[in-house]
Amino acid sequence: MNAAVLSADLAYWAQSLLRVLGGLVAVLLPAGTIVYLFLFKMMSFMQSRLGPMEAGPYGSMQLFAEVGKWLQKEDIYPARADKFLFKIAPLIVLASTFLLVAVVPFGPDAWFTDFEAGVFYMLAVSSVSVLGILIAGWSSANKYSLLGGLRAAGQLIAYELPMVLAVVGVVIQAGTMNMQGIVVAQNAGSMFGWDGLGNPYVLTQFVGFVIFMIAVQAELTQTPFDMPIAESELVSGYMTEYSGFRFLIFFIGEFATAGVFSMIASVLFLGGWAVPFSWFGWTNLNDIDNWMNVAGPLILFTKMVVLSFIIMWVRFSFPRFREDQLQRFAWKVLIPVSLVNIMLTAIFKVAF
Amino acid sequence: MSLLGDRQQLAYIASQAADARVNVELETEGMTLNIGPQHPATHGTLRIIARLDGEQVIWAEPSAGYMHRGYEKLTEVRTYPQVTALVNRIDWLGSFANEVPFILAAEKLMGVEAPSRAQHIRTILFELSRIANVSLFLGDLGVQLGAVTPVFFAFRDREYVLNLIEAATGGRFHPNFDRIGGLKEDLPAGFIDETRNVMKKLRTFCDQIEDLLFGNEIFQSRTRGIGVIPKDVALQYGMSGANLRASGVDWDLRRDQSLPMAWNKVDWKVITHPDGDSFARCWVRLQEVRESTRIVDQLLDTIPAGPVMAKVPKIIKVPEGEAWVSTENPLGEMGYYVVSQGDMGPFRVKIRSASFNNISIVPWLLKGVYVPDIITILASLYFILGDIDR
Amino acid sequence: MAKPKVPGLFKGLGVTFGTLMRTATEGSNTIQYPHEKETPPVRARGVIALHEGNCTSCMLCARSCPDWCIYIEGHKELAPPRRAGGSPRKVNKLDRFDIDYALCMYCGICVEVCPFDALFWSPEYEYSEPRIADLLHDKSKLGEWMETVPEAPELEAGADKKGKK
Repeated sequence: MNAAVLSADLAYWAQSLLRVLGGLVAVLLPAGTIVYLFLFKMMSFMQSRLGPMEAGPYGSMQLFAEVGKWLQKEDIYPARADKFLFKIAPLIVLASTFLLVAVVPFGPDAWFTDFEAGVFYMLAVSSVSVLGILIAGWSSANKYSLLGGLRAAGQLIAYELPMVLAVVGVVIQAGTMNMQGIVVAQNAGSMFGWDGLGNPYVLTQFVGFVIFMIAVQAELTQTPFDMPIAESELVSGYMTEYSGFRFLIFFIGEFATAGVFSMIASVLFLGGWAVPFSWFGWTNLNDIDNWMNVAGPLILFTKMVVLSFIIMWVRFSFPRFREDQLQRFAWKVLIPVSLVNIMLTAIFKVAF
Repeated sequence: MSLLGDRQQLAYIASQAADARVNVELETEGMTLNIGPQHPATHGTLRIIARLDGEQVIWAEPSAGYMHRGYEKLTEVRTYPQVTALVNRIDWLGSFANEVPFILAAEKLMGVEAPSRAQHIRTILFELSRIANVSLFLGDLGVQLGAVTPVFFAFRDREYVLNLIEAATGGRFHPNFDRIGGLKEDLPAGFIDETRNVMKKLRTFCDQIEDLLFGNEIFQSRTRGIGVIPKDVALQYGMSGANLRASGVDWDLRRDQSLPMAWNKVDWKVITHPDGDSFARCWVRLQEVRESTRIVDQLLDTIPAGPVMAKVPKIIKVPEGEAWVSTENPLGEMGYYVVSQGDMGPFRVKIRSASFNNISIVPWLLKGVYVPDIITILASLYFILGDIDR
Repeated sequence: MAKPKVPGLFKGLGVTFGTLMRTATEGSNTIQYPHEKETPPVRARGVIALHEGNCTSCMLCARSCPDWCIYIEGHKELAPPRRAGGSPRKVNKLDRFDIDYALCMYCGICVEVCPFDALFWSPEYEYSEPRIADLLHDKSKLGEWMETVPEAPELEAGADKKGKK
């Protein structure tokens, strides 16, 4: 089924072009918003200062200035670095972001792909960035980068599990692994008979939500889980030797991934692009009016901004965990709690 | 060097021989990591050569001297006021505190005592520089551990103290205000009220840091039990200041010595902590800032009226003799041994700076810790490179 | 490591959120430098100004500078006698009085030791130059700084003498 916006009379190349552009917008727009709103402005306001104010009104063009600055730098790499691996590592990290966004639904008919096992695909593809980080750490021929890369490998693999297990609860409740289906299940459903708010899983799966957000924080290597970067020890960890365009890819990738994970979290827990169907009297996907295709992305964007705010807020407030404390937290605390969560969800699903 | 075993001595010599390319492995065991002079974590140009086994340190050695400026040689060809101006720059964060022991030593040789108003104001400025120094430590502690916000709060609130010092002396970082016999000039009008306001703001800052950093469970798990220095080891290595008090030793030169300063005229307590770990060191310093604000408040209430300069000749020639004075500086015990031969400048000055002795414990302390803990321990020991290297 | 107790972490979040709100509503603690400028206190040591009329080139300041950054050259001249019928008196005339601000430590010893009140501190600080050689301020430039020298501040209660030297 094609998107209603891309009606059937557009040529295939035109549709593909629109999809590519849409993908770029879907990845870069959240990245830009998060960088400006949270990294430049929110972080500064939390530190009693105003942040960049010179480039554009209230510093809004600062990101473009930074992009321009990074682009015009010399393309250097360490003499003993493994050239091929050094060059593709940032691309792998960015590729995983684009792969992730392919499965996020933006509206009733606005999506890139509609897998039946969308959740499964999403969890699998989010691990591709681990590979990129490890390659970056190894190929930099720098001990600090190597330390950062190894720490990253351990941490990211450890936190994949709580993420997967937290999502399992959502899947049990929704009854489907299709992302669009999860959105519909949340907004068309009801909580204990009351459907005023639909059935947002943030309320009924609160523990799962918290575990998912913690796991996302770790997957993004944000403080308090930023041992791989650990700026005060490793000077940037696996990213130390990168400069210019390659660093820009890492930088954009970090915030784009934050945006995309927030979008996924809002799809899984906050109800995605939709508002509760009962507000408009819809009952299933086909009832929805076409204006939702325009409003849907905006609603999703808003929810993404809210969740990114929480991620960034935690990032700027806490010190970082040590590697072994991090691992202990994942294996001894998060995984047992998420397993218990799954059990309880299954029991409640059958009972009610 | 006698602290290292034979094998380690050979390894040390070998690593020194390959100094230009420190990251070439001459041994197969362990990876040599150079936490080099340029590094975000060390407070300046300190180099720590560490041999790691995975993430654990087998052996570590600090290599200081990248910032050596030859202070003791410089002082040989300068007069007392010139040396006072230079000496500000040893511990540049709490710089008035560097001038005081030197001037007190010179006054001891001359047999001159500053008038009581001067002693009072000296003590106030001394405590203000302690507050400025240690509040930066509190912020910097956050950065070393990954929390980026406390350091901005620290700089924000430290600005108030620096503005006070600038209003009184003319210089924010390097006051150059102490003179043999008293102070350069008196305080400007409005200083006392402004200082009281600033002390209130600093107490709020301490509360904020306590909520944001010290109460944070992540911070506590990063610092409790890390880098424990037992009492006797701390005394053996010549540690001083808050590091010593955090290991449970009740040692404060402000109370124990009878210097011509105003500490014994106000009511304050010495803060110790029994644990001796990184958290204890950080906590002791936090409480010391609070205690300093109380000292300053009490001192402001009781400044005696009078002159700020004793009767000293215009051209000061300090009579022959030798004197040693040490004070409880923000970083620890700082002392000057001044040898005079009756000239306008000292013949020889030996500067005992606190941080140099404080980092002597680093090889012993860093054995067996993880790499992130190196940073925590160095942050909690708190040294300033100017103080180590002079 | 046990599961973290909730309050400590949330108090920290509260502090940052409170600062965020405060900065958004009341403004930040910073000023946007080129557009707004803070005035330094009266005693701030910004630049040294020379009152040439008072200077007798006694060289005390040049000798007492820790960095030896003051360069003075002068010559002796005969000035007219004070009273008619007296003999001409020798006065020192200043040829050159340069302060090299690339070396100056801003310690203030020169201002302090001058017995004739020829040097003054001014809080002016915006005189950076693209070339280091331009940081050598000569007699006329030092004389221009005299306009920026403020009045000495009032002293605190309990001070001995009113007004600074």
